[in-house]
Amino acid sequence: MIPAPFEYVVPKTLEDAVRLLERHGDEAKVLAGGHSLLPLMKLRLAQPRYVIDIGRLRSLSYIREESGKIAIGALTTHAEIESSALIRSKCPLLAETAAEIGDVQVRNRGTIGGSLAHADPAADYPAAILALDAEIVAASAAGARTIAARDFFVDMLTTALRPGEVLSQVRIPVQPPRIGTAYCKLHQPASGFAIVGIAVRLALGDGKIEDARVGVTGLGPKAFRLDAVETALRGKKPSSALFAEAARQAEGETEPLSDIHASAEYRAEMAKVFTRRALEKAFSRATSGPASSKGKSSGAGAAKKPPAGKSGKKAKGKRK
Amino acid sequence: MAVEIQVRVNGKAYQHSVEPRLLLVHYLRDVVGLTGTHVGCETSLCGACTVVMDGKTVKSCTVLAVQASGSELTTIEGLAAQNGNGGGLHPVQEGFWEKHGLQCGYCTPGMILSSVQLLKDNPNPSEAEIRHALAGNLCRCTGYQHIVEAVQYASKKTKARKTR
Amino acid sequence: MAAPTGYIGRPLKRKEDPRLIQGIGHYVDDLRLPEMHHVVFVRSPHAHARIRSVDVSKARSAPGVVLALTGKDVKGVVGPIPCAAVIPDMKQATRPVLAVDKVRFVGEAVAMIVGTDRYAVRDAADLVEVEYDPLTAVVNPEKAIANGSPVLFEQYKDNIAYRWELEGGDLKKAFAEADKIVKERLINQRLIPVAMEPRGVLANYQPGEKQLTVWSSTQIPHLLRTQIAAMLGAPEHSVHVITPEVGGGFGSKLNVYPEEALVAYAAMQLGKPVKWIETRRENFQTTIHGRDQIDDIEVAVKKDGTILGLRVKVIADLGAYYQLLTPLIPTLTGLMMCGCYKIPAARMEIIGALTNKMSTDAYRGAGRPEATYLIERALDLVAAELQLDPAAVRRKNFPQPSEFPYATPTGVIYDSADYQTCLDIALKKSDYKKLRQEQAAARKQGRLMGIGLSTYVEICAMGPSSAMPAGGWESATVRVEPTGMVNIFTGSSPHGQGQETSFAQIGADVLGVEPDDVLVTHGDTTAVPYGIGTFGSRATAVGGTAAYKALVKVRDKLAQIAGFLMKEEPEKLVFAGKKIFVKGNTKKSMTFGEAVGAAYSAKSLPPGVEPGVEATTFFEPTNFTFPFGAHVCVVEIDPETGDVKLKKYLAVDDCGNVINPLLVDGQVHGGIVQSVGQVLFEEAVYDEQGQLITGELMDYAIPRAADMPWMETDRTVTPSPVNPLGVKGVGEAGTIGAAPALCNAVVDALSHLGVRNIDLPVKRERIWRLLQKSAPTASRRAR
Repeated sequence: MIPAPFEYVVPKTLEDAVRLLERHGDEAKVLAGGHSLLPLMKLRLAQPRYVIDIGRLRSLSYIREESGKIAIGALTTHAEIESSALIRSKCPLLAETAAEIGDVQVRNRGTIGGSLAHADPAADYPAAILALDAEIVAASAAGARTIAARDFFVDMLTTALRPGEVLSQVRIPVQPPRIGTAYCKLHQPASGFAIVGIAVRLALGDGKIEDARVGVTGLGPKAFRLDAVETALRGKKPSSALFAEAARQAEGETEPLSDIHASAEYRAEMAKVFTRRALEKAFSRATSGPASSKGKSSGAGAAKKPPAGKSGKKAKGKRK
Repeated sequence: MAVEIQVRVNGKAYQHSVEPRLLLVHYLRDVVGLTGTHVGCETSLCGACTVVMDGKTVKSCTVLAVQASGSELTTIEGLAAQNGNGGGLHPVQEGFWEKHGLQCGYCTPGMILSSVQLLKDNPNPSEAEIRHALAGNLCRCTGYQHIVEAVQYASKKTKARKTR
Repeated sequence: MAAPTGYIGRPLKRKEDPRLIQGIGHYVDDLRLPEMHHVVFVRSPHAHARIRSVDVSKARSAPGVVLALTGKDVKGVVGPIPCAAVIPDMKQATRPVLAVDKVRFVGEAVAMIVGTDRYAVRDAADLVEVEYDPLTAVVNPEKAIANGSPVLFEQYKDNIAYRWELEGGDLKKAFAEADKIVKERLINQRLIPVAMEPRGVLANYQPGEKQLTVWSSTQIPHLLRTQIAAMLGAPEHSVHVITPEVGGGFGSKLNVYPEEALVAYAAMQLGKPVKWIETRRENFQTTIHGRDQIDDIEVAVKKDGTILGLRVKVIADLGAYYQLLTPLIPTLTGLMMCGCYKIPAARMEIIGALTNKMSTDAYRGAGRPEATYLIERALDLVAAELQLDPAAVRRKNFPQPSEFPYATPTGVIYDSADYQTCLDIALKKSDYKKLRQEQAAARKQGRLMGIGLSTYVEICAMGPSSAMPAGGWESATVRVEPTGMVNIFTGSSPHGQGQETSFAQIGADVLGVEPDDVLVTHGDTTAVPYGIGTFGSRATAVGGTAAYKALVKVRDKLAQIAGFLMKEEPEKLVFAGKKIFVKGNTKKSMTFGEAVGAAYSAKSLPPGVEPGVEATTFFEPTNFTFPFGAHVCVVEIDPETGDVKLKKYLAVDDCGNVINPLLVDGQVHGGIVQSVGQVLFEEAVYDEQGQLITGELMDYAIPRAADMPWMETDRTVTPSPVNPLGVKGVGEAGTIGAAPALCNAVVDALSHLGVRNIDLPVKRERIWRLLQKSAPTASRRAR
């Protein structure tokens, strides 16, 4: 598997990158870590004439808190997100989700910007991004604009990014206390992608669910919010019975995907099962304190282990 | 069309003019001449092509050589020297030998480098943590059990060396 | 057997490892020759199509391309793929090295492009223009053999490759006397071997010397050499095959492939080295597949669980063409269908079906996992039907140890065994009674826990020759160099098994030297005598025995020389600690090196004794060997998702005497996990158009480290009487024992819900569907 030939262009700044992208239009592809684009190019499903490598734009790799939001540069790797002390304490859902992506080597190399811009229907981040009401910043020659997560995923492998735009940043509101979050996923056994992945954010208050946000990936051609589940939860008193009842609403407007790994019927059913599991887990975390990213689902065990921020922190310091 | 790249591989500096589409694994094998890094699946799943790039394991079948320019790379051939053990085997290599952690040996370089990264991040991994950390490395021969033992051996050995 | 210094039986570290753990060994792709050229094959995207034209003209003139060949170019020049299997009235499904008029599976090669740069050659392949007239693909084997199916080979009127029958005992009586007849359809799905190293070939031709050298990732260097010579019409002694490191085979490299002959042909045409390395996608599409049987079984039983007879109808999906042993593999299922049970009467009918898929052939176990699966599932079906414990039904039907050698109605003679003891140990070590109690408690909590057993016997150490197309022997030459260093040249060519170590252990013990003094050379047709190859768990039992016998010849000669010099009877001499001494009198001795030196200096040899220290043996066993074992496994199923978690695995195996327990454990572990893959994940899925949907590791899951619990292993030792080492073989045992144990456990976990059988692989969704079906009543389905 060898990619077709292309011209390799290395912009010095983000501004350079968007200028190049504008100039080359459809003939160009933006390369970040390469874990979404290169597989397509090796299969020759993508044969861009120009590859614009933004991977060297160090200024796009950061995790920082600014005005009530966590700002994550597009080039931040899954591993950096997984191990970031800031994200783990102020937005554990994203760290938990990052830890579920692929494997160690893939997480060391793949970037949040690359993954989101690729919009694979079975990728993990989209569920969390939706549940967190994140914002996505798109840079272009005309300047930057912000896209709400809800509007970002348009269709299979299609986002709201316009031609000439580069995803430059993801912004997530810092999560207030009495919030519980969880990401629960059924793995496709070969690729590790999500057959369904459910990200839940529950906000509690006065013995009730003040707010519930549920993002789902894997179920349909694009990730989306499970509005009916959210509606069934809002304002209600939390209980296992409520979670089970609400989870039964976990259906999208579109027909679930169907492939050799899971039929549409099974996927739909698993969306319900994993919605309930994620709700239960998020609730138990909400009630057992803010730093409760412990007791995570199986498989994430080792991912929690790496001494927090070891690599991420150091790199970040340098970049600042 | 060709692009100049500079890398350090196993402590040695290299400079080459390469096609931008050249994959890092092919660069290491065919240009630098280090064939210990293997190509197993080409879809970044099997981990036979794992190398260490700037301190982190990556799958070199899914990295372009041009992306690695400016990086410090360690391949299986350089692991022993990197250990600062006078060219002796790295404890993980020793573990694989002692515990019969390999049969055909094809996945072994990647498996060893992933194990080295694991022990760097987590010097005392549990069995479950070892198995989880090796999710990106497939082996078709051993059934993984002796590999787990090899990592446990290396973990103990490293501890013993440090306390000495 | 003399084992004076006792290296046999010890868990020695492997001699092959230092180079492999440092990345300095050499697989085919690691070899580089000056002016090496590269190959890309253009392959059919259609499962079944007529080829109208193949136009390589654009590719031929692409930069760097030096040769572009089509099927027409090599027709009659490079011979077709050999098939060594012969079954009476078998149709011929011969595969040309490049398709000429028709393609019959997705991935069949239609053109070959050779050039100086591998990237440029890949680009040139895109310039080849092929016009196809697609035909209806024949994918389902049952439909393939039905009337009216489109045919793969127009010279025949149907797709039935052959019918094969085997019967022994009085079947009519058995079924007439039965209290019950238990029936089931069992599926042994198509698997993809996925050796971590894909195939690869490098060939070099020296026109002056007229020597062709072929490096190939193969399990059978000598057979490959003979076949390449035949396919190219070259004198066999001008062909030299070398197997460097081989990154796993599992049977998939026990074959002769088009690429091996074509790369050699291109090297001869160009007078330059030519290399081809398989991509993983090609490996999925065009390296042999395994299994793929539909088995309809009928078991005649008495109420007490005594099995009287077994009838099996098999539809074996052979794929589009015959590879080396394709038609033969299902017949091995017939030989072993009775398992380790005294079944007085048995019958198997096999229909081999030709379909538009890659050929099936020998994949780890090759026909025997299918046999064990069907009989072990049958035993559990019987136990369920009669409401007996599966362990009790097994025990009821074992032959006694005193009944060996034991002849089955299928015509094989089991060499030696004690199945009872093996099962007893397995049940005791797993605390089977307690497991059943835990299961009862789990069920009360609504948890789905299952316990599975399998007691297996397998046929291996492939020989004697009467049963083997290419001969059932193995060879070895032992040469002791003048310095006393020992070479063992073995015809067995390993691919991960560790013969460089285990054969050195044998060598050290026979000659009384250190394993480090013994170098084992293999896989080079010029260096080693003609050998058959490493497959069928035969390398140690047959190849190791050949080495042992050659070693004994050498030792006897050295004893003659030493005896002559020491003025002692040669029979009284003992070899140990690099010395040769008189038994019971270690003072009277000479060094091993002195004796060897005397043989070479040839100054004072006994009369009639030739100089030099070298001996060759071709060993042919009188019978196969029959390793056996008992496996116990425990699973828990997630009732909501159908996900199976393997909680415990215990394997008690008997592979006869053990040369190196570390290597034996490694083989057992690896074998078990390969079957865990079969039961839980693996399945080669073709769609109705014959496209391989599971064409990459992205879609075909093989087990990862985290899929396994800690495996416990134990052994009993029943030496085989058919070779002097007493070894049986262990390469396939784990694979053969594990699939039924695991599947039985999964069915057992659901048995209280009325589930009797689940088709492989027991994917989550499949279980989930069964749970959906049984949930409302939660009681047994009427049968």
